[in-house]
Amino acid sequence: MVATLLAPRPLPLAPLVSWTILLAPLGAALLIQVVGIHRRRLSATLAIGALLTSFVCTGWVFLQALHNPAVLPFELSISWISLPGLTVPFGILMDRLSLLMTLVVTGVGSAIFIYSIGYMADDHAYSRFFGVLSLFAFSMLTIVLSNNWIELFIGWELVGCCSYLLIGHWYARPSAAEAGKKAFLVNRVADFGFFIGILALWAISSPLASERTFHFQALQERLPGLAHQGLIPLAMLPLIGLLLFCGPLGKSAQFPLHVWLPDAMEGPTPVSALIHAATMVAAGVYLLCRAFWLFEHLPSVMTTIMWVGASTAFLSACLAFVENDLKRILAYSTLSQLGYMVMALGLGGPVAGMYHLTTHAFFKALLFLAAGSVIHGTHEQDIWKLGGLLRPMPWTSGAFLIGGLALCGFPGLSGFFSKDEILVLAHERNLALYWLGTLTAGMTAFYIARAWFVAFTGKARGHPHESPPVMIGPLVLLAALSIVGGYLGIPRFLGEHGGAFHWAVAGMSLAVVAAGLVLAWLIYGKQAISAQQLVHALALPYSFLQRRYYIDEIYAWYVAVIQQKLIAGLCAWVERHVIIGLAVNGTARLTQDMGRLIRLCQTGRIQTYALAFLIGIVWLLSIPIRH
Amino acid sequence: MSEAVFFYLFTTVMVLAALSVVLNRQPIYSVLSLLLAMFCLAALFVMLGAYFVAALQILLYAGAVLVLFLFVIMLLNLEPEALSRMRLFTLRTAGTLSALVFFLALSKILRSAGQPSTFPNPSPSSGTVESVGRLLFSTYLVPFELTSFLILAAIIGAVTLAKQHPHE
Amino acid sequence: MITLTHYLVASALLFAIGLVGILTRRNVLMILLSIELIFNAANLAFVAYARAWGDVGGQVVVFFIITVAAAEVTVGLAIAVLLSRQLKTLNADEISLLKW
Repeated sequence: MVATLLAPRPLPLAPLVSWTILLAPLGAALLIQVVGIHRRRLSATLAIGALLTSFVCTGWVFLQALHNPAVLPFELSISWISLPGLTVPFGILMDRLSLLMTLVVTGVGSAIFIYSIGYMADDHAYSRFFGVLSLFAFSMLTIVLSNNWIELFIGWELVGCCSYLLIGHWYARPSAAEAGKKAFLVNRVADFGFFIGILALWAISSPLASERTFHFQALQERLPGLAHQGLIPLAMLPLIGLLLFCGPLGKSAQFPLHVWLPDAMEGPTPVSALIHAATMVAAGVYLLCRAFWLFEHLPSVMTTIMWVGASTAFLSACLAFVENDLKRILAYSTLSQLGYMVMALGLGGPVAGMYHLTTHAFFKALLFLAAGSVIHGTHEQDIWKLGGLLRPMPWTSGAFLIGGLALCGFPGLSGFFSKDEILVLAHERNLALYWLGTLTAGMTAFYIARAWFVAFTGKARGHPHESPPVMIGPLVLLAALSIVGGYLGIPRFLGEHGGAFHWAVAGMSLAVVAAGLVLAWLIYGKQAISAQQLVHALALPYSFLQRRYYIDEIYAWYVAVIQQKLIAGLCAWVERHVIIGLAVNGTARLTQDMGRLIRLCQTGRIQTYALAFLIGIVWLLSIPIRH
Repeated sequence: MSEAVFFYLFTTVMVLAALSVVLNRQPIYSVLSLLLAMFCLAALFVMLGAYFVAALQILLYAGAVLVLFLFVIMLLNLEPEALSRMRLFTLRTAGTLSALVFFLALSKILRSAGQPSTFPNPSPSSGTVESVGRLLFSTYLVPFELTSFLILAAIIGAVTLAKQHPHE
Repeated sequence: MITLTHYLVASALLFAIGLVGILTRRNVLMILLSIELIFNAANLAFVAYARAWGDVGGQVVVFFIITVAAAEVTVGLAIAVLLSRQLKTLNADEISLLKW
């Protein structure tokens, strides 16, 4: 094993600790498959133990880095594939970006793993659930810690696979199986472009075929020089950028490939919290940060990213207005917040994006876990069939309230700071996006308040009961993080010292959020304005939103008509008439006809053969005579 | 001079008999014509000094082979061949033409092959039973013994083939 | 003066007549008879050469040929008998069991 340490003063034990972080969840996943598949307690212990080990190791590296900033970044690399003209390393790149992301993944992940003990207690496939969850943790850490594009892509596909397995955890339910399939297929479409982008980047990484590389740092150091010398076709770079952006487009569920995320809520709630809110869907944002050195030099790509993010933020917030399923409301909220992050990246603010990613991981995981607790206590997730949960489920309600307030940016909570960073950035760079973002913030406040007022206040329905302590514990922990997330100095850790607090922006967003909250209270809390009449008055946009902009219908139409009928029909025609008809049967028919022709020589009359024999002999005999 | 007379006499009769073998429509006449051709051939052998072979020719062909043919023909009670005129014409033409071509090629090759300059009269002792027998049991001993195997195989083959199977 | 060539041409004639028989006759027995003609054409050539070279070996070969011819006729006639018994015909045109 060849380990290279780039750090000026290498951290002792760094290789061991880093590999432990990455491989502990993989070990747990394998062990669960091998020995734990029928032992519930053992599998849960293995999964949680492994992730906590990773978390502790990450925390140790984090403390070392705080103590002595010079230990970061460091890199460990082993040569994995080494062929003439193709070298792929497998390694760990530990810098501040990946360290923060690793902390989020292992920290929030641990909380959610523990929560799952309670939530999944009655599930028949308990061990399988923890096995796939561990595999997911490993895959996610592979993305976060990888030091090259191929390793990242492997992790990227593995998380997609785990996402598929976990969405379809209750595969006996047709809707869950369908949702898993949809998530997988939509991500395939995006990853196709992504992988082409990776290969294109590799292809331009050096004029010499033998020196091409997938390595992040080598690319980062090499490409500007190559571009300067004119050895890279400059027209190709924006195309490569767009192709690479396809990855985040699918994984972070940006418009128009967002369709899989709401359906992914068919999976168990811890999965929604961990994978489809806190970590995996944030991988796209992480990727944009990781390759930010490339994107920041491609203004056209940046503009695209920015507008895709902003439109996702706005359009998904609109969809959350009319959604009645508690988890799906949160899913649209996730989409919207991811849109914020992507917009921040597009505006040139990776730190703001990562900041929001981190706080979002806290409060969205909190919201999901609280929603899961509600579902656990009531077996109901339609907000109109819920109500009056405050008294029977005080802890859950409190957690949801804190999460919701953090989400809409209540002053002092984590979401307030990180969202403000993005809005300040937008205010500086693009006013149109600023207003769109602020409007979205107000809408966020409105839809989360709607969920709160409808589901948690009002008349009690049924007999809800509070969840067990093993589920409340993680809620409390995440609630605490959602509150203090803004004071941890995350932007400073990422190396941005931050401008002055922007009072105008903060005031504006506060006003909008307050408006949203009050409006929601008037309609759903005090019921001063009738929701029914509102729906009647806005019938057209309401139905448009209810059908989710008809995007699913468009895709269905595309698949059914263009793909299945037109393209598949064309392929079938080619297959039937050209390949089978001409190539396969044609060859057979040609052979047959030739055979029929040659068969005429076999008359079955012995004299004909003798005659042919004789002609041959005469011909042979004539040779010596002629010469 | 007398050699030429005898040669042309026997050769002409032989060729005519051979033609009769081929052209006759009654198999039984064909066999009898072949018998005549064999006698002429034996006479040519005698002229060439191969007395023993001439005797063999008559004994084996006339005595054994052709009698066998006669037996079979009578056994099977063959009728004359019937063929459409057109087909008969085509085949005869093609067969005769190719045989003619073959004859021309063959005679040309035979003439161009290495030949002794002289054609001596046969020595009285060359074709006797003794000389042929000596050679047969010394130089050609192995082929001779192998021939017995061939004949054995032919006998077994003929018996096996022609045997009447009881269930048929 | 009769030379070797005379005998050889006589042999070739006999051979060609045999060929005509093989190629034109339908009856299996007639084909066998024509084959006998061809055997004898070869015999004549061998004996003529034996005299020309003064070598009795040529006559020994004729002895072998006659033996082979006898064996061939035995088996051939057995097949003919079998054919007429099984297929009720000796016409070579009608015997086409090996045809497609």
